[in-house]
Amino acid sequence: MKPLTMIRSRTAVLAHENIDTDRIIPARFLTTTQREGLGRYAFHDWRYRADGSLDPSFALNKPNAKGCEILIAGRNFGCGSSREHAPWALLDYGFRAVLCSEIADIFRSNALRNGLLAVVLSEAEHKYLLKHPGIELAIDVAAGTIELPDGGRFRFEIDDFARHCLLRGVDQLGFLQQHTAQIDAFEARRETRA
Amino acid sequence: MSTKPRTLLDKLWDAHQVVAETAATPGILYIDLHLIHEVTTPQAFAELRQRGLSVRRPERVLATLDHSTPTSPRDQQGQHVYATAEAAAQVEQLETNCMQFGIRLHGWSSQHRGIVHVIGPELGATQPGMTIVCGDSHTSTHGAFGALAFGIGTTEVGHVLATQCLLQRKPRNFAITVDGKLAPGVTAKDLALHLIGKIGVNGGTGHVLEYRGSAIAALDMEQRMTLCNMSIEAGARAGLIAPDETTFAYLQGRPQAPKGEAWDSAVATWRELHSDDGARFDRELRFDAADVRPTISYGTHPGMVTTLHAPVPAAKDLQERRALEYMHVEAGKPMTGMPVDIVFLGSCTNSRIGDLRAAAELLRGRKIASSVRMLVVPGSVAVQREAEHEGLDQVFRAAGAEWREPGCSMCIGMNGDIARPGQLVVSTSNRNFEGRQGPGARTVLASPLVAAACALAGRIADPRDYAMNGTEQAA
Repeated sequence: MKPLTMIRSRTAVLAHENIDTDRIIPARFLTTTQREGLGRYAFHDWRYRADGSLDPSFALNKPNAKGCEILIAGRNFGCGSSREHAPWALLDYGFRAVLCSEIADIFRSNALRNGLLAVVLSEAEHKYLLKHPGIELAIDVAAGTIELPDGGRFRFEIDDFARHCLLRGVDQLGFLQQHTAQIDAFEARRETRA
Repeated sequence: MSTKPRTLLDKLWDAHQVVAETAATPGILYIDLHLIHEVTTPQAFAELRQRGLSVRRPERVLATLDHSTPTSPRDQQGQHVYATAEAAAQVEQLETNCMQFGIRLHGWSSQHRGIVHVIGPELGATQPGMTIVCGDSHTSTHGAFGALAFGIGTTEVGHVLATQCLLQRKPRNFAITVDGKLAPGVTAKDLALHLIGKIGVNGGTGHVLEYRGSAIAALDMEQRMTLCNMSIEAGARAGLIAPDETTFAYLQGRPQAPKGEAWDSAVATWRELHSDDGARFDRELRFDAADVRPTISYGTHPGMVTTLHAPVPAAKDLQERRALEYMHVEAGKPMTGMPVDIVFLGSCTNSRIGDLRAAAELLRGRKIASSVRMLVVPGSVAVQREAEHEGLDQVFRAAGAEWREPGCSMCIGMNGDIARPGQLVVSTSNRNFEGRQGPGARTVLASPLVAAACALAGRIADPRDYAMNGTEQAA
């Protein structure tokens, strides 16, 4: 995972509530054995019409959404399945942060483990961002702040460990392996008890 | 040891904590049973290979094929008919991974192959007091046995393969108490949909739901699995039910259940697995089972539900208006009477023998509507064999339904079992998201009984309008 410290980008807004992981990447694209190149399937059935052509009315297909790295989504983003293909697809598409008033548990955990900043804001802050699509934000992961173009500033909370991992690009499997002695001891304790 | 009253979740958590969590770091939680399937594991095995790692405890991994597998019979050359070459390659990849890493796979030749959340309990691999994970959100199913069971992502699958542990922060406790009795014809599926309608699709976020009360105690294990299975649809990390005599009776004698003295000592330990009197829950909800009626979904998430004959509620916002439009549903009118194209009986929610028996009972001696295609997909080879032994396959076939091979099938539509755009599917599965059962497909979630009634009527219908044993009560 590459370190993630600052994100400066305009926002793209998908105001729909409860955007589920089937919406983020439909199940028929999960037969892959790779994690790369899934961006082409992100929001596939919204981006493309049944005949395969781009749907120009979809928010992410509009010219001003091009290159946006920050997604502002309606409440309860990422609900549904545990597929990690959802954050993989969003990252490959070009997003680096999802801001929302509520984010589903498994999606949030998957996103943070892959360097996609998934952040929960207050209802009022969330509403403001939904109503102002395309504004330029500066997200400082270390400080936990989001700077608005008018000089305003939102603060966000994020788990200390998740922040540490994002900032340093920490390898969590490596971190777990540093505890092998404790895991051995735990297994040994349980086996003597049994 | 502290004498503070603990919840069931507290007890399970404490017993598996390798390293306690702090403000700076999550805890390290030991995992007893790791279920794996072909879809969410290839990238995890690739990671192990890249790092030169082995699987720490292969005997704690249970592997099967379920999502990408065809449910049609083999072709004339004896080959499986995959939807795509990629699906076939994914299955082959898991076969290779299991062979190379020493994991036992319940693959094509196994008498125990099936949906991962059906075979775990069936084999007795799922046991009270365990921690169980799988790269699949419906892992919550196993909470029915008093195991802490939850879905994880593929990166975490790699963590468990390599270390048998996960980095986790403890979820909060949410007690759902249901007293009273479910009315005849009202099932755990109706109870689950009713609950999600009450607390919403995000009502359980950050929590483990512990189901308690006399109505829960009265459920058999299959019904408990259905209820716990749907916990994730309320956004919960997991569902839990304290093990009791019903649980022990279900498990005794299963292939991987403890035997002899080990069984007695296991049961003695399992009896301690309940929330203590006075244990503190972060949230509590209580309702009476008599309030629950046959419930179906009308919108595009499992919180948009209504009872069979009640008018569909008016849309509260743009979101709900869009959902009604997508579903071709009109607010103010009941769902009953809406024409149905497909009925799907299956999935990790409702594909067990009890589900098939309930539906077959209604279909026995009757014909499904000629306009309806009905797929019956048993949850496992064992369910399939048992149903065939009881002659249920004949009941389904005689009624005009398709009796198919086990798998996830149309619940997720990864194997080619999908509906065409605009078709209405009455489905015993768990998710009615837009396009879940095929692009443009419309899904109505229902119990097996309601699904069977819909197949007969060719419309959304009430099973209580059909008397059992083939005599029509009402037209």
